[in-house]
Amino acid sequence: MQPINEIKLEFLSKSSNEAFARVVAAAFVSQIDPTLEELADVKTAVSEAVTNAVIHGYENSQGLIRMHCKLFCDAVEIIISDDGVGIEDIELARQPLYTSKPDMDRSGMGFTVMESFMDIVEVTSKPGEGTTVYMFKTFKSLIK
Amino acid sequence: MIAGVVGELDHHSADYIRQKLDAELVKASNKNIIFDLSKMSFMDSSGIGIIMGRYKNIQKLGGKASLVGLSDQSRRIFEMSGLLKIVPAYETIDEALKNM
Ligand SMILES: Nc1ncnc2c1ncn2[C@@H]1O[C@H](COP(=O)(O)OP(=O)(O)OP(=O)(O)O)[C@@H](O)[C@H]1O
Ligand SMILES: [Mg+2]
Repeated sequence: MQPINEIKLEFLSKSSNEAFARVVAAAFVSQIDPTLEELADVKTAVSEAVTNAVIHGYENSQGLIRMHCKLFCDAVEIIISDDGVGIEDIELARQPLYTSKPDMDRSGMGFTVMESFMDIVEVTSKPGEGTTVYMFKTFKSLIK
Repeated sequence: MIAGVVGELDHHSADYIRQKLDAELVKASNKNIIFDLSKMSFMDSSGIGIIMGRYKNIQKLGGKASLVGLSDQSRRIFEMSGLLKIVPAYETIDEALKNM
């Protein structure tokens, strides 16, 4: 499947870039005109992945976060990656309500939200090297 | 206390919102809180943490919390986390007040 459009974005792990990244993703995806609800799904999933890179990946120190989006006629692929601390046990990290930072008002629902708002969520990570989150969503409203 | 969230609730805005809420809660004589989210334009899982954190604090003081004005998106996120079982959602502020 050939994408009809593609973008790559690299930005500092500042919390103000969480809104920037999700707005960019939504603007990019809006080219194929999905429903507002589908756009909100993408926005929320991107916000979760980028926030995780900021809070957990770089633990509020500064590093670069990459977002790579490919647009298809009725779907989007989004890859968000960081070169931060990485995840020891991915299966545990993805469990609903699991958080390594319960003291910071985190609820441990980020991955669960991504899974529920996107069709596919795949996580690869190596401790000390970083984390990559691959997400894919087909827009039901655009399937012909 | 009725707390209205206007705009976006994410990790970036959460610090400010948390500080505001906690400062007002310290001053308030009545420890019940209604979160009015009807003017909130975006929320991710940071919202669960904010509501849950405030709920835990006021619960110790005998206070109750409830939610009003949920969008479909925020309702889905709260439902997933089980939060609505302990912090119920209502259609209107009046209805929330009646059930305090
Ligand atoms: N990019 C990342 N780098 C390192 N660790 C991560 C990363 N993303 C997630 N994690 C780990 O996975 C756990 C679960 O992530 P998830 O987003 O589900 O919950 P959370 O971020 O802790 O809480 P919430 O997203 O609800 O505020 C985190 O607590 C963290 O330990
Ligand atoms: Mg998270």
